[in-house]
Amino acid sequence: MPSEILAVITMDRERIAGGAPIFFCADHQEMQQIAFTLEKILDGMVHEVTADSLIIVRHK
Amino acid sequence: MTRLMKELLANEFVLPLTMGFVFGILCRIHLLRTDYRQYPTYPHGKIIQVSLGVIAAALGSVAIPALLKENYTAVTFLTVAAQQFRDVRNMERTTLSEIDKQELVPRGGPYIEGIAMVFEGRNYLVIFCSLVTTSAAIFFHWWGGLIAGIITLLLARKWMSGKTLSLIVDIKEASVRVEGKDLYVDDIYIMNVGLEDSQTLIREQGMGYILTPKDANATVTIAHPGQRQAILHDVATQLGVYTDTGEPSLTPLVKRDLSTGRLGVFLLPQVKDVEQAIAVIGAVPILESVFRMPQKSKAPKQEV
Repeated sequence: MPSEILAVITMDRERIAGGAPIFFCADHQEMQQIAFTLEKILDGMVHEVTADSLIIVRHK
Repeated sequence: MTRLMKELLANEFVLPLTMGFVFGILCRIHLLRTDYRQYPTYPHGKIIQVSLGVIAAALGSVAIPALLKENYTAVTFLTVAAQQFRDVRNMERTTLSEIDKQELVPRGGPYIEGIAMVFEGRNYLVIFCSLVTTSAAIFFHWWGGLIAGIITLLLARKWMSGKTLSLIVDIKEASVRVEGKDLYVDDIYIMNVGLEDSQTLIREQGMGYILTPKDANATVTIAHPGQRQAILHDVATQLGVYTDTGEPSLTPLVKRDLSTGRLGVFLLPQVKDVEQAIAVIGAVPILESVFRMPQKSKAPKQEV
């Protein structure tokens, strides 16, 4: 089964779009905080795509 | 009562049968060792295995006397036995696969297959042991049976001990580097860790090892994901694991260096003891269903 993107957390509103829920945040600190919370809730793993966007992925 | 006993003892095969039976059971108990894997579980798992061992011993010891009594159809019994012990393998596979779903660091399919195969194989060894002991006791008197029994016990032990990783790889400690989001063991890339919290934990708790294969056979064997999962599982059972359910960022992982075939082993043990970890990795069994021998290939040789 393929891995699945559960959520996207980003500081760059312009460059993100698509199917998964997207969380916008103001700074790096807030982005890490949201990612931490979501990781615990969703049991997914946080990966850094670019410096200003993280994704949460559930690996099969 | 005494008349019954006398009649029983008058049967020329009673002594050989008993010897075969006893040695068969001894063989099963001898091979039934519970080590760090805690499998078979104590005490119920052991009861199951010993009972099956008793059945195997009985089957093994009656085969030759049955033939000598010209009861040829009795030998078809052995086929029933084979069927029976194939079910042992199925049973072990099902149980272990169920347990594996809940494991923090799973064993992986090939490891389970290996364990199940061993359980089936041991029952055949018991049959072999009983058969040889009984025949020796019939043809060379009781002391012949005794000697044959002891020899087969030793043989069974020799055949049942598998090979371990230390024979085919060199294990060295290596640094765990977290460079921003990227996690490396020495120069081998392991994974992308996005959360700073996890990066800190990995810096503190992570340990890295490099496994260098000693030859081409080893390169292919350790490349198998099943073998790598076995390494992770064995280390986790013996050194503990610094993770929990719902913490996928804290997952021990083994990645491969494609150009050289070396493995980068990233571990999160509870106990950070370098020497012990090297010993544990070295003692991981080489899974027989995974073991490959490309050096025996008849295709034109080329160094891997």
